[in-house]
Amino acid sequence: MIKRLLAVWHARNLEFVRDRPTMIFTLLLPLMLVVGMSFVLGGPERAIFKVGVIGNSIDKTAHPFLRERFVDFVPVNAESDGLRKVTHQQIDLLLDLHSSARYWVNTDSPKGYIVEKLLLAAAPDAHRQPVSGAAIRYVDWLFPGILGMNMMFSCLFGVGYVVLRYRKNGFLKRLHATPLTPFEFLGAQVLSRLGLILFVTGVLYAGIGSIIHFHTAGSMALLILLTVLGALSMIALGLTVAARFSSEELVGGLINLLTWPMMLLSGIWFSLEGSPEWVRWIAAIFPLTHLLDSARAIMLDGAGIAQIAPHLIYLGVTAFVFLAFGAWSFRWRAG
Amino acid sequence: MKEDQNRIPAVVHSLGKRSKNDSLGSRASDRDGSVASPFLEVSNLVKQYPAVTAVDGVSLQVPEGICFGLLGPNGAGKTTTIEIMEGILAPTAGEVRYRGVPIGPTFREEAGILFQKTALQDFLTVRQSIALFRGLYDRGLAVDEVIRLCALEKLVDRDNRKLSGGQQQRLLLAIALVNDPALLFLDEPTTGLDPQARRKFWELIQSIKARRRTIILTTHYMEEAELLCDEIAIMDGGRIIAQGPPHRLLREHFAEVMLELPRQDFPESARALPLRIIDAAQRIEITTDDLDTTLRTLIDAHVPLANLRIRPANLEDLFLELTGKELRA
Repeated sequence: MIKRLLAVWHARNLEFVRDRPTMIFTLLLPLMLVVGMSFVLGGPERAIFKVGVIGNSIDKTAHPFLRERFVDFVPVNAESDGLRKVTHQQIDLLLDLHSSARYWVNTDSPKGYIVEKLLLAAAPDAHRQPVSGAAIRYVDWLFPGILGMNMMFSCLFGVGYVVLRYRKNGFLKRLHATPLTPFEFLGAQVLSRLGLILFVTGVLYAGIGSIIHFHTAGSMALLILLTVLGALSMIALGLTVAARFSSEELVGGLINLLTWPMMLLSGIWFSLEGSPEWVRWIAAIFPLTHLLDSARAIMLDGAGIAQIAPHLIYLGVTAFVFLAFGAWSFRWRAG
Repeated sequence: MKEDQNRIPAVVHSLGKRSKNDSLGSRASDRDGSVASPFLEVSNLVKQYPAVTAVDGVSLQVPEGICFGLLGPNGAGKTTTIEIMEGILAPTAGEVRYRGVPIGPTFREEAGILFQKTALQDFLTVRQSIALFRGLYDRGLAVDEVIRLCALEKLVDRDNRKLSGGQQQRLLLAIALVNDPALLFLDEPTTGLDPQARRKFWELIQSIKARRRTIILTTHYMEEAELLCDEIAIMDGGRIIAQGPPHRLLREHFAEVMLELPRQDFPESARALPLRIIDAAQRIEITTDDLDTTLRTLIDAHVPLANLRIRPANLEDLFLELTGKELRA
């Protein structure tokens, strides 16, 4: 079994590596996206301050400071969440008006320094609680999203279309005439694609990371484990889609049906914080959402395995379920 | 049929160089002298699709070591039948037995298949394509031996997509041979090949026959069937309409010889002669079991005989006789 699996795995690797245009496209697309997005979005910041106010909503009459011009006041549900944002300079100051006014300001933030002056002018007795931490640039936040998006396309299109092509041109039928089993064939496809994704993602991580001076806060081993589980889940999803159909239009449509919602709702480009509950509920179905949430937690916040365990379990379970369903519904031949 | 099975009984054939697999090929019943099961036996095979019955009660027996031809017009059910025999298509009813037992998982280890149409994995060389399939079997021939058998030595490093039609078929034959199969299925292997490539392919098949492998061949080329097949079955409408060795079928269906004349040499007035005349595209064919009388009739009618050709009936005549000359939908 292992011998047959390795034979198919080896041949599939050769096919991918020798398909130069696809290989180049796979490497260049995410690089171009990161460079382009950082160029578009990385210009001068708008001259505005963002202040988090603990609570579900903001009553502008509750305090004179809340009526300041050129300051965005955003509600923050949990103090811990607000502190994390101040630390990463995602907000310039966190304000709690529930008892006596107290605030948290990042001593490393220039904008925090200025907005603190505005606050003290309006509330001289406010109690100061300093925090520190470097800002998270948008490009740093975007970086895991781009890597995840590239993985998603590689998993769904790279596996789904390849299996579909094999079925349409009769190659699967020829393999069916050998002792190869569906599980061995699908296992070889999964392992081949997983290896390629780890390689490509590793190259992109190192290459783009060095260009944008990115440093992962958490464990690299945990990040690799997460990447493996995330890739397995999405590869298995791609195999499930291509397991029995032989129509390019249908498989293309199904893959688009999966990729576009993931593109928009899994948090590649922007955070879903503040979006309606039902949107976040839908987003939580997609493997990419779990991959990106936990990747950002590891890469940006230094989260450990306990914090991302639910995501890892979700990805592992979906990988198993999709692969089992794909093997069960697999067809060697068209029609 | 019975006579010809006896002519090539399964117990007579050794497997040539197949010493390693001799134990697989020799059943206990063969060794103790009792009646051997047919090497491959198809019983009452039916394949029903929603709109059509592709195979309608086909039964046949293939002795070991022969080349068995499955002939028929387009849509006759040849490919469906052979795919059921290969074990890749499930029948609606009926059974295929190999060495006396229903075909099972081990059958694929012992069968080699060349489909009518197969694509290979892109970007692989000839050698890598063969090595891929060799890796799927527990036992078989060395890759280099298969390459030599199929005369692919000069092409081993060429991308499989850059082969000519004949080279491509030789590669597919090599892939069908990697497991040193006891039973080889060839589904229209020379369709679309030029005459040279076709003859080269026939040589390869004859060399495989010389190694005492059993071959099941479907073809549209009667010349090919006549040259290669020890026994044929002609299918039409999903049924077998004739079966036996080619020479016996010809003897049964044609006591006559064929006379062929160019159309321009055959005057319209001669059509009134008491002859069995068949209009072919550019010629007139006359069938007769009394050659002397027919020749005399033609001479008396002043038909020029300088371009007359006399030949015995061949498989194409038999095929057309049995399946008709109308173009199939």
